[in-house]
Amino acid sequence: MNGKEGDSYKTFDRSLEDSGLFPLAATDISVFQINFGKLCNQACLHCHVEAGPQRTENISKETLVTCLSILKKYDIPTVDITGGAPEMNPHFRWFTRECTELGKQVMVRSNLTVIFEPGMEDLPEFYARNRVELISSLPYFLEKSVDSQRGRGVFQKSIQALIKLNSLGYGMDNSDLILNLVYNPNGAFLPPAQGAIEKDFKRELKNRYGISFNNLFTITNMPIGRFKHFLERTNNYQSYLNRLINAYNPQAAEGVMCRYTLSIGWDGTIYDCDFNQMLGLNCDHGAPDHINNFDLEKLKSRRIVTGLHCYGCTAGTGSSCGGVVVEDN
Amino acid sequence: MDTYYNPADLDKFSDIGEDAPELWKKFSDWYGTAFQEGALSEREKALIALAVSHAIQCPYCIDAYSQASLEKGSNPEQMMEAIHVAAAIRGGASLVHGVQMKNVVKKLGF
Repeated sequence: MNGKEGDSYKTFDRSLEDSGLFPLAATDISVFQINFGKLCNQACLHCHVEAGPQRTENISKETLVTCLSILKKYDIPTVDITGGAPEMNPHFRWFTRECTELGKQVMVRSNLTVIFEPGMEDLPEFYARNRVELISSLPYFLEKSVDSQRGRGVFQKSIQALIKLNSLGYGMDNSDLILNLVYNPNGAFLPPAQGAIEKDFKRELKNRYGISFNNLFTITNMPIGRFKHFLERTNNYQSYLNRLINAYNPQAAEGVMCRYTLSIGWDGTIYDCDFNQMLGLNCDHGAPDHINNFDLEKLKSRRIVTGLHCYGCTAGTGSSCGGVVVEDN
Repeated sequence: MDTYYNPADLDKFSDIGEDAPELWKKFSDWYGTAFQEGALSEREKALIALAVSHAIQCPYCIDAYSQASLEKGSNPEQMMEAIHVAAAIRGGASLVHGVQMKNVVKKLGF
């Protein structure tokens, strides 16, 4: 019943073998995800990036120019910008405009509160002008839960940011400005069914604050980075990992996001996903691991680098940057 | 045995089946079906289980259904209200027997 195999955990590759999916390989590249760095105005307890106001890792314009040349050359439809708080990078607006002009679908993972930082007040209008799709963390609709995870005062600022975004048309009916929210569990447990918790969020945010949004994505907390420290500190690591391993779902494994995503680090290194990026696990198995050596043909069928943390994406209905992998109805 | 209740023992629940496999299978099938989505949602059933766990004061069940309630989307406020319902019924069940006490007193008295 538990996830242990002998004296250690059952490896992810072993689970893939048992479900006929080993070795896990990419099927295409439709998402070009760039992590702008670790600088952030928040320092959330669950953050796998371990981002914060004191971090200095930040992508350079030179690296972004190389990214743009790749995006110009290849038909990769979606650019997914994440961080940290990517908006705090001085080249963020320029790069976003360039991607929009290339006709790419541009998604920005915004923490919402960044718009209250000095010089960021007009970010919502910038997003709207450039038809940027927003994906924003709001782990719950109750202040106590959000502030305990993301810091004191974050909930109220997030609510004010959402009201502002709604006023520009984001997340509203009859508008093409997309505002998706992200739920992640407030501790060492798996997320609830995405459809059910989305209904709760829509009802509660509308009733309490008059807020609308498009979709809620549920994301499993990854047992790496700051969340791993929390698990170890609270003696929850073993039980949490066993929970993920026991909930391994082959259907979710088949649809994991690394199979159609590339993750670019702030220094131009290429990874299979943002989690591998934080663990320093570069693309491998013969695929290039830096944008200076970009080779689409090799990358789009590359073998994925795996580890125990991959169970976070395959538990239950699965987890990805776009929420569940298998529809839970 | 250092303690009657060990959290690790919860994972050994299925060992119960070793000595009476047919009965265990019947119990497991019935248990699994009882918790499936039906006229009540899985979330409601987990909350009922959490409340009952407190009424019967089962540490294994409290452990299991606290986690299950969170994973079905309940929040701590809702979970605490469910426990108050269980406690109210337990308290009320004691108190309502006061009627029996009064009946006895009435029968014995002048």
